[in-house]
Amino acid sequence: MTISRRGFLGALGIAGAASTMPGNAQAWQSKAPPAPYGCLVDLTRCVGCRKCELACKEVNGLPEPAVKFDDLTILDAKRRPDQNVFTVINRYYTGRIDERDRLVPTYVKVQCMHCQDPACVSACITGALTKKENGAVHYDVNKCIGCRYCMAACPFEIPAYEYDRPILPRVRKCTFCFERISKEGGRPGCAAICPVEAITFGRRPELLRLARNRIDGDPGKYIDHIYGEQEVGGTSWLYISNVDFQKVGFQELPARPMPQTTETIQSALFSYLWSPLALFGVLGAVMGVTSRKHHAADHGKEDGHDA
Amino acid sequence: MTHKPQPIDRPFWTPGVLVMLALMIAAGVTLIIRYTYGLAAVTNLSNHYPWGIWIGLDVASGVALAAGGFTTAFLAHILGRHYYEAVTRPALLTAALGYTFVALAVFFDIGRSWAIWKPIFYQNHNSALFEVAMCVMVYVTVLWIEFIPVLAERLGKKIRLLAFLNRSLDKTMWVFIILGVVLSCMHQSSLGTLMVIAPTKTSPLWATPLQPLLFLTSAFAVGYPMVVVETAIATSSLKLESEMNVLTPLSKITILLLGIYMALKLGDLISRGAYVTLLDGSAQSNAFLVEVGLGVVLPWIMLLFPAVRRSRRLLFVAALLIVSGVMLNRFNVFVVSFKAPYANHPYYPAIGEILVTAGAVATIFFLYRLIVTWFPVLSAQRQEVSR
Repeated sequence: MTISRRGFLGALGIAGAASTMPGNAQAWQSKAPPAPYGCLVDLTRCVGCRKCELACKEVNGLPEPAVKFDDLTILDAKRRPDQNVFTVINRYYTGRIDERDRLVPTYVKVQCMHCQDPACVSACITGALTKKENGAVHYDVNKCIGCRYCMAACPFEIPAYEYDRPILPRVRKCTFCFERISKEGGRPGCAAICPVEAITFGRRPELLRLARNRIDGDPGKYIDHIYGEQEVGGTSWLYISNVDFQKVGFQELPARPMPQTTETIQSALFSYLWSPLALFGVLGAVMGVTSRKHHAADHGKEDGHDA
Repeated sequence: MTHKPQPIDRPFWTPGVLVMLALMIAAGVTLIIRYTYGLAAVTNLSNHYPWGIWIGLDVASGVALAAGGFTTAFLAHILGRHYYEAVTRPALLTAALGYTFVALAVFFDIGRSWAIWKPIFYQNHNSALFEVAMCVMVYVTVLWIEFIPVLAERLGKKIRLLAFLNRSLDKTMWVFIILGVVLSCMHQSSLGTLMVIAPTKTSPLWATPLQPLLFLTSAFAVGYPMVVVETAIATSSLKLESEMNVLTPLSKITILLLGIYMALKLGDLISRGAYVTLLDGSAQSNAFLVEVGLGVVLPWIMLLFPAVRRSRRLLFVAALLIVSGVMLNRFNVFVVSFKAPYANHPYYPAIGEILVTAGAVATIFFLYRLIVTWFPVLSAQRQEVSR
């Protein structure tokens, strides 16, 4: 009993160590593009006209909505983007009032944030989701198997699914108008149509400078926070606001990129398949020793010894 | 050799088997609806809750509960403790059936079932799910290869191919046995890595980077209790003699394995300071208390008593608690723990999801019974083995 238990413990120790030791892994490195396109949304400018929702539908060939885009009563309820709608505007009353004591609404546009190090891209089993140099988190339906791990992983709860299609369902989300922004001078449908310049399209580093300038230029008006600068390691879509972000539907999120921990674990354990190969070697050696013993016992006298 | 696995000489059609058939038919009808009108028609899955019990129970718990296969193979074949060979065949059969149904559950759950082969060609090595998928795919194959000798023993004379395969496996079986253990260690742990990518969407009680190690050690711990449970069910429902002479020493090893898991689990909880919410009465906290209290601590204490390890009934209770505890753990990690930030309602499984899960379990029982009736899997325990 003692011999076998020691062997058991040994193998267990190796298996256990294999799942905790950093091994020969290098430190995790961000794969974020250096100067992707992005959009800066200024919540103080948005008037909730829903033109961006209309443009999104036209540009992406999405189905006709049940409620027309000029019907603003839809703003009474909070909505989320889904498989048929890639962006929505939500209205919040935060208690802010104007000079005549009327409640002032804050409108918030919601769509895929196009993270710099996206959880969905890291999670995707087939690599159907990729982060492009131009900033878009791009979905290739031809690789997708519909496992929906991207949806479980996304911290912003953005990817939506066509659950009602039995054979050919797709993951659906804002495309950042990938085709349009790939062309010279192209802008996403929503940013191009916005009548009040609430959405500014540009290179992310420039947008961060612009956002900083606006905040510094009117510190009494703006909250000193660019949402998306640090959150989950940074996002291509950025927001500035005159109200607390958590009062208008934004989550407080860590600055650590979501895939960092899991990718570190995966590469520490499985780069060059070192740990499985090592385990295979150890188990093979143990098995070799025990089977030789067994053979010796078989050929020797049967004395009931069970090692 | 002191044991002789042989086919069971018992009538196959019993009321229990008919109940299983009914459940299988209900699941089949549900799946027809799923492939006609989509997942929306039979599940409560949504954009908020992309994974339900098909992933949390059928896949995650299924993988964990099939751990008896590689843990017994390790003990009997790799460490050469041939004394335990009596339980390797039933454990192997359970693992082979279990993993086959894990693969089937994935097949039904993914939106594009027909595209299930794509990860073989489109690979994302950063994805823990990719690794789980590859391991499960290979491991299912390995398990059925390991099962070939059992099939050949019965059908070798009729089916030449089986006899041929069996002969060629004589020299190479050790590769598959070791491969089975290695693949198990790989994906049992990586299954735990899956939700680590969403720390903000999981309850702090389970959101730990140590999750892969916890999954691995709990898989080690649940292997032998699972053998105890299935042996008890099989021997009592098939009216065979119990195999306490093997199960009692197995449960002694479980004290160590479950103890390691318990120490890691509690140590992790305390070192992260996540225990502070434990008594807040929320569904998550209560689920955690049941999982660890009834599923880990209580059975561990029970097993410390030799009287429990020697009693058929008490050992069965302790083992069942451990098995349920690990099952609940997987369910907790994937379902209970999941917090959808923008959902205004919780997820509950739909009737259709429950029917398919129940049908899958029934089919496993049905096939197990069918196979042990016709093939030499269970050892008729007639004589005491001298130690």
